Amino acid sequence: MKNTTLKLKHLAVVAVVGLGLVACNSTGGDNAADKQLLGAGSTFGYPIYSKMFSDYSAANAGTQTNYQSIGSGGGIKQLMSKTVDFGASDAFLSDDDMTKAPAPVVQFPTCLGAVVVSYNLPGSPELKLTPDLLAGIFLGTITKWNDDKIKAENAGVDLPATDITVAHRSDGSGTSYIFTDYLSKVNADWKSKVGVGKSPNWPVGLGGKGNEGVAGVIKQTPGAIGYVELTYALQNQMSFASLKNAAGNFVKPSLESTSLCANGDIPADTRISIANSTVDQAYPISSFTWILLYKEQKYDNRSKEKATNLVKELWWMIHDGQKDCNALNYAPLPTKAVAAAEAVLKSVTYDNQPILQ
Amino acid sequence: MSNSKIIKNKIFLKSINGSAIFVMILLAGFFITLLVSSFPAIKANGLSFLWGKTWDPVNDNYGMLPFLIGTLITSFLALLISAPFSIAAALFLGEYFPKGIIPNIFRNVIELLAAIPSVVYGFWGLFTVAPLVRALEIKLHVPAAGLGIFSASIVLSIMLIPYSVSLIRQVISMTPIQLKEAAYALGCTRTEVIMKVILPANISGISAGFLLSLGRALGETMAVTVLIGNSPKLPTSIFSPSNTMASLIANEFNEAVGSVYSASLVEIGLLLFVVTTIINLLGRVVIRRYTVKA
Amino acid sequence: MTTIEIAGIKRRKFKDTMFKYIVYGLTFTCLAVVLIILFYIFQKGIPCLNWSLFSQMPKPVGESGGGVLNAMVGSLMVVSIAALIAIPLGIAVGIFLAEKRGKPAADRVSIAVDVLQGVPSIVVGMVVYVWVVKPLGIFSALSGSIALAIMMLPPVIKNTEETLVLIPNTLKEAALALGASDLKSTMKILLPTGIGGIFSGCMLGIARVAGEVAPLLFTAFGNPYLSFNILKPVNSLPMVIFNYGSSPYEDWHRIAWGGSVILVGFVIILNVIVKFFESRWKVQF
Repeated sequence: MKNTTLKLKHLAVVAVVGLGLVACNSTGGDNAADKQLLGAGSTFGYPIYSKMFSDYSAANAGTQTNYQSIGSGGGIKQLMSKTVDFGASDAFLSDDDMTKAPAPVVQFPTCLGAVVVSYNLPGSPELKLTPDLLAGIFLGTITKWNDDKIKAENAGVDLPATDITVAHRSDGSGTSYIFTDYLSKVNADWKSKVGVGKSPNWPVGLGGKGNEGVAGVIKQTPGAIGYVELTYALQNQMSFASLKNAAGNFVKPSLESTSLCANGDIPADTRISIANSTVDQAYPISSFTWILLYKEQKYDNRSKEKATNLVKELWWMIHDGQKDCNALNYAPLPTKAVAAAEAVLKSVTYDNQPILQ
Repeated sequence: MSNSKIIKNKIFLKSINGSAIFVMILLAGFFITLLVSSFPAIKANGLSFLWGKTWDPVNDNYGMLPFLIGTLITSFLALLISAPFSIAAALFLGEYFPKGIIPNIFRNVIELLAAIPSVVYGFWGLFTVAPLVRALEIKLHVPAAGLGIFSASIVLSIMLIPYSVSLIRQVISMTPIQLKEAAYALGCTRTEVIMKVILPANISGISAGFLLSLGRALGETMAVTVLIGNSPKLPTSIFSPSNTMASLIANEFNEAVGSVYSASLVEIGLLLFVVTTIINLLGRVVIRRYTVKA
Repeated sequence: MTTIEIAGIKRRKFKDTMFKYIVYGLTFTCLAVVLIILFYIFQKGIPCLNWSLFSQMPKPVGESGGGVLNAMVGSLMVVSIAALIAIPLGIAVGIFLAEKRGKPAADRVSIAVDVLQGVPSIVVGMVVYVWVVKPLGIFSALSGSIALAIMMLPPVIKNTEETLVLIPNTLKEAALALGASDLKSTMKILLPTGIGGIFSGCMLGIARVAGEVAPLLFTAFGNPYLSFNILKPVNSLPMVIFNYGSSPYEDWHRIAWGGSVILVGFVIILNVIVKFFESRWKVQF
């Protein structure tokens, strides 16, 4: 019995010492903590961000950027709660969102991506969809794959008589925003019944968490249709549709057809929707994706080193980091957008002093 | 005793009492935190929150009826599916074979169901149950998604079995032997003893067992989130995709911007807390009375 | 006996046999379901277990390979700190309940423990977000540990109480009569005598929280890197299964299956340990 008590005591001592060590580890080494950044948000940009941050970490020893793909809505919320260093969203902050923020927030684009309409059908046929077909499917007015309206656009494709299962996002999503923004621009019914939003009130369908979740539902469910970023469809060999753009051409989403949307001018605050581009061969559901951070970086005891590391890394993303885009089928930023993003990053301050000289 | 020993002893007794008080404070803290954090929503949404059919964060319009219905259908369906299995296994282990090596192994095997984490159930269900349900849906000519209330309920029912079995088995095995012997002496068969003596005599205990299982079902999150299809619409059948209160929180709490949106989610959490608390208190009272009586 | 009576007895006997077979059948179905699920998980997961799963970090999205080293370390960290918080506290409350058994104070605390056990895990996560994450302004391993510690408390408390109650009062009274303090009689007599049951409670507590995701979603958050800092976000094995399992990537599915086997294996081993201790070190007088 005596033995047992001794052991209990030892155990307690070990436990206390262990906890102490862990605590020391956390308080010591300020330098390391300054190089550890936390970002969260967009799942649309998750593939490219995870690649960029992995590359940046490899090139700059000690830097670690923890990016959690919790959805654009989550990225904005966590930035507002000041629990992350930066947020990522595919829907830029509206004026209304800006007023809700506890301090001024700046945002800049990092690249462009396409939201593709992906589906799971036997034989993986290549479908052509018009804006009205797309709106009809997502409104729940077209419910069968062999609906005459779908057949009319896809002569020669063997469409099954099965139900269409719509897959959408269950979380607040910039991808949903891009998709509903497009549908609202091209379809009056959609605009009046559902509208634009990060978490719209979906009339039909199943929800998946993140682009990953929606792609998972589509891949797992025969007869499903949903919208995901191009990379997810390509990396998982999922079929996706050509869409009829504003110029009347059926365009397959690709790096090239996405880039075509972004050749116009960029406003100084970089907030621009490029959906439903009028360019001849442009893919209509394309968008920039943004990173958001506080304009004044001195808040909540943040060190200047941390703020500098953050801005430096973001600067790297819009320059050297752009080389990662092509391999992952995101379109790199056009020159005008890079210039606008540079101006935004230069405006970020620490204690009212610009961080980048 | 030396002075230091007396002081040490006092500290010991104080810390024992203190930790007990801490648990009470912890629980009260839960309630108060949930109440305070949901206040903006209670003020903005009013009572119509409870029966509002639309959950539309874009327009700051919050009604929880779809999730309330989704939670109730999913949980009760799960309970219904698991009930015959739970009662049978409880009778098997509590009445037919209360002792012995083989029943002991059986009991441990069934308890293993409780060892599988919720998220693993969800993952497993996604690859096995959902395709089977989808095949069934095609046969029944209903929209065939695979994911929905039915899939979630099936997996949930499996998760409930170890709890209901262990609760009901304990209740059944406490039946006074005199009651059973009297029935046997009158010439009853075992079935008749079970149906006319054991089950009726224990009806309150068995109900309490199911009630406590229901409490677990209401709060179960991860497996349901993976399988239920996460739709904010009012379900129209047991095959519809839906959302439970718990799965809604899991999906949206991390991103709810705006005070009313996040407070509305906390309000749902508050309701979940209050309902599970009431269920646990009720179940406890019955089970208590039971063990005292027996 | 008349033929009618004999027919009646036959009918009743037939019903009795039928009922028995139904009960047997349903019970065996339960057992079959357990074995099918475990078989499926192990069949899918064991081929995915390899050295790189244990030794590597996650790769960027879409690149094949990678492992769950960071998640295993994170899980270990979050669960151990939770245990460090919950076990001493839980044992103390258990001692209180056993000592004051039958008194109104003990009744109230015991009700609180029962209610705490029933609080849905997602609600625990929500409350800890409000209590810890929001004020500190950081997602952290520590906040995850606090959430898990709250969930661990009830099994530790209950097992401690139930074990200590079984120890006859005479034992403690003998110690007190010899002049031992409450502290001494508890530490040297009660706890060592009940060590088996208390240990089981701790293991059950760990088993209960090791696979939890819901309380960690809003607290520990996740981290693709290896992190030992309790004030930084960490990854955990159940979260990997949740995130990777619902994705379309087959490589991620493999990692999730591997993770499932590790997790289920761990929890089963804990349960076996508990059974072993319960049979070996049972308090018997």
